[in-house]
Amino acid sequence: MYRIVAKKELAPAVKSLTIDAPLVAKNARPGQFIIVRIDEKGERIPLTIAGLDVQQGTITTIFLEVGKTTEQLGRLNEGDAISDLAGPLGNPTEIKNYGRVVCVGGGVGVAPLYLVAKALKDAGNEVISIIGARTKELLIFEDEMQQASDELYIATDDGSKGHHGFVTDVLQELIAKQKIDRVLAVGPTVMMRAVAKVTKNHNIKTVVSLNPLMVDGTGMCGACRVTVGGETKFTCVDGPEFDAHLVDFEELMNRQRTYITEEKVALERCGRCRH
Amino acid sequence: MPSLKKQPMSEQEVDKRIHNFDEVALGYTPEQAITEAKRCLQCTKPSCTQGCPVGIEIPAFIKHIADEDFDGAIKVIKKKNNLPAICGRVCPYENQCEKFCVLGKKGEPAGIGRLERFVADYERKKGARIPEKAGASGKRVAVVGSGPAGLTVAADLAKLGHDVVIYEALHESGGVLMYGIPEFRLPKEVVRAEIEYVKQLGVDIQTNVVIGKTISIDELREEFDAIFIGTGAGLPHFMNIPGENLCGIYSANEFLIRTNLMRAYKFPEYDTPIKVGKRVAVIGAGNVAMDSARVALRLGAEEVRIVYRRSEKEMPARAEETAHAKEEGIKFEFLTNPIRMAGENGWVKQLECIRMKLGEPDESGRRKPIPIEGSEFALDVDTVVVAIGQKPNPLIAKMTKGLRITEKGAVWIDENGKTSMEGVFAGGDITTGTATVIEAMGAGKKAARAIHEYVSR
Ligand SMILES: Cc1cc2nc3c(=O)[nH]c(=O)nc-3n(C[C@H](O)[C@H](O)[C@H](O)COP(=O)(O)OP(=O)(O)OC[C@H]3O[C@@H](n4cnc5c(N)ncnc54)[C@H](O)[C@@H]3O)c2cc1C
Ligand SMILES: Cc1cc2nc3c(=O)[nH]c(=O)nc-3n(C[C@H](O)[C@H](O)[C@H](O)COP(=O)(O)OP(=O)(O)OC[C@H]3O[C@@H](n4cnc5c(N)ncnc54)[C@H](O)[C@@H]3O)c2cc1C
Ligand code: SF4
Ligand code: SF4
Ligand code: FES
Repeated sequence: MYRIVAKKELAPAVKSLTIDAPLVAKNARPGQFIIVRIDEKGERIPLTIAGLDVQQGTITTIFLEVGKTTEQLGRLNEGDAISDLAGPLGNPTEIKNYGRVVCVGGGVGVAPLYLVAKALKDAGNEVISIIGARTKELLIFEDEMQQASDELYIATDDGSKGHHGFVTDVLQELIAKQKIDRVLAVGPTVMMRAVAKVTKNHNIKTVVSLNPLMVDGTGMCGACRVTVGGETKFTCVDGPEFDAHLVDFEELMNRQRTYITEEKVALERCGRCRH
Repeated sequence: MPSLKKQPMSEQEVDKRIHNFDEVALGYTPEQAITEAKRCLQCTKPSCTQGCPVGIEIPAFIKHIADEDFDGAIKVIKKKNNLPAICGRVCPYENQCEKFCVLGKKGEPAGIGRLERFVADYERKKGARIPEKAGASGKRVAVVGSGPAGLTVAADLAKLGHDVVIYEALHESGGVLMYGIPEFRLPKEVVRAEIEYVKQLGVDIQTNVVIGKTISIDELREEFDAIFIGTGAGLPHFMNIPGENLCGIYSANEFLIRTNLMRAYKFPEYDTPIKVGKRVAVIGAGNVAMDSARVALRLGAEEVRIVYRRSEKEMPARAEETAHAKEEGIKFEFLTNPIRMAGENGWVKQLECIRMKLGEPDESGRRKPIPIEGSEFALDVDTVVVAIGQKPNPLIAKMTKGLRITEKGAVWIDENGKTSMEGVFAGGDITTGTATVIEAMGAGKKAARAIHEYVSR
């Protein structure tokens, strides 16, 4: 069992759990993820490592409640435990001094981006970050990103804070102003696709962190397969980060929809068991 | 004069069993077991034993059954085999022990596998006993992977007094026994009970630990006196044809992991879903393909087809499994090779195939299939399972410098199961590619002897 040592609510339906997992914390690097299973009947779901404390032996993960498992996870409290947690999985982000790097985070994707931005800054990069959300209340990790970046821009879909519009609008302005050596984007697939489109026109190397459906997370099932540069890759072992300009985003989004009907059934059932 | 035929074993009726995941073969009653045991000639120079990779003293255990001493029988088996209820169910004994039985010359061989299953089940229902163990040696051994290879190494070394820790990547131990082979062939309750026995020998099983990620082989080497790698052949092959990443197309591994390990057949009681349409095509014709086809049927498919590029004669599946599949109504498209998967709204809709004919034998000795030009046709499908084989799991190889890997991606070992790294041994599917449970266990036994020698030197 893996004990929850701290819980925070960062925004409506966005929660942070800090979990006791010393073995995972010891070898984890920015960009890697874990697979959790809440109980005996639970599904295995992947979540990015958004924080780690090697001394305490804990890792932190931040998630948006979108369905049965994440809602159930959100109902757990400090002192509760989950039955399974495996990691760190996937390849860490490649951290080098690239020069001027733009980190783009959308929604709950901002949380895992923070560790990456910090590591990039520590490696000597000039880090410019753009974070976005649908509305002000859903913005998370603003202070943390402020600290990890030389400049921080905010965009909200409804204009309640920062730029009124998408993160890609801000990205376009930045590109027009100065030379950018690399872009990293973590967030909803549509956002990552939009970022890839913008940077492709300017030939800026762009890395995205993909989130297909997964089961084992260790390269055994192929549920997480994506087409990158015309070749099939397994996100859990070959990724999760890939060259954005080579990813087949349409295919990824199609595959993410595989279980839409079943997910509704599971969520409704879970809603019922709450009362 | 003993009967020429084996005692038949009763089975769940076909029209019932295709709607449930309960075990198909029901096992012998004590009377049937005794009758079958009495068929054995108790040869003074038994030929059957050379066919058992773990070296069970076959006539001795059968003699105990004939004498109605089932406790004595299981004791003989457990001297060599720690997982008899599993072997008695899935061992391809027709190619192993029973192939060498003298009774097989004139009639059917002795039902060694069925008898093994009978006594193992007898003991499990009674509650397994723990054999004596050697005193603590003070040596520590890490075993990576909890499939049949890893479980065998661990149990044998624990009996010799060593302190053994198994690290398993998944949340449940057992390897293919747990995630691959379906409930109706190998009930998970049986697997769990045999793993429980290994634990009772003193083996510590740590699940959710991915070696190479959570802990590296080098870190293990600092902490342990020896290491065994038994990580299996878990990397699924795909066809690499257009359309293969449409929704509704599964690797056999995903299809079986969802069903067996995650219990998707009990969705929504269990959270993991699986989606099976009316028309299912399973590509391939080995045990894994038969399992996938029979699972698809039980998940509600109306029509399930095996699509295989060679003919019935070349099918790698066990004859018994093919027979079960046929009885259950699985259809077979032999000499047929998929060339493209076509979809509608992102879902697979058609499997485009070409007919094949057999040419000259290839390096495997089987006649090579060649496409017949102009014979393309399409099967209407809404689910496809790709079951054309698995490669050795590449994770540890990728993360461990200095470990010699063969051209086929397997971990290289010498005749004693030693890898190219000092103190690191390996065995099972990770060194051979997909083989059998009993071969993995045989490799585990061999490695356990080598590890014992190595740590006791
Ligand atoms: C490598 C990786 C890292 C991830 N990191 C995070 C993270 O740090 N925080 C976070 O909130 N989410 C993260 N996700 C997504 C997270 O795994 C899903 O939100 C979760 O599995 C949903 O489960 P559920 O049962 O709550 O919802 P479900 O009922 O299963 O699904 C509800 C909705 O979520 C979508 N969904 C389901 N599974 C996934 C999935 N694996 N990836 C993306 N969308 C999915 C479905 O298409 C559906 O629209 C990550 C995914 C991957 C692959
Ligand atoms: C569907 C199916 C049906 C089959 N039917 C039969 C049959 O009827 N009869 C028969 O004899 N054989 C059958 N086989 C083959 C047989 O199951 C295998 O040959 C046998 O299980 C191999 O054993 P193993 O111990 O080498 O590996 P596995 O059983 O594959 O076990 C390997 C274990 O290692 C774990 N692992 C992998 N990487 C890591 C890591 N980095 N760290 C920690 N753990 C790790 C895996 O999760 C797994 O649990 C079948 C196989 C399949 C897939
Ligand atoms: S383990 Fe397999 S080969 Fe050995 S005796 Fe039993 S059935 Fe035969
Ligand atoms: S060869 Fe056949 S008959 Fe002879 S001892 Fe072995 S099982 Fe019995
Ligand atoms: S999640 Fe199974 S292979 Fe990636």
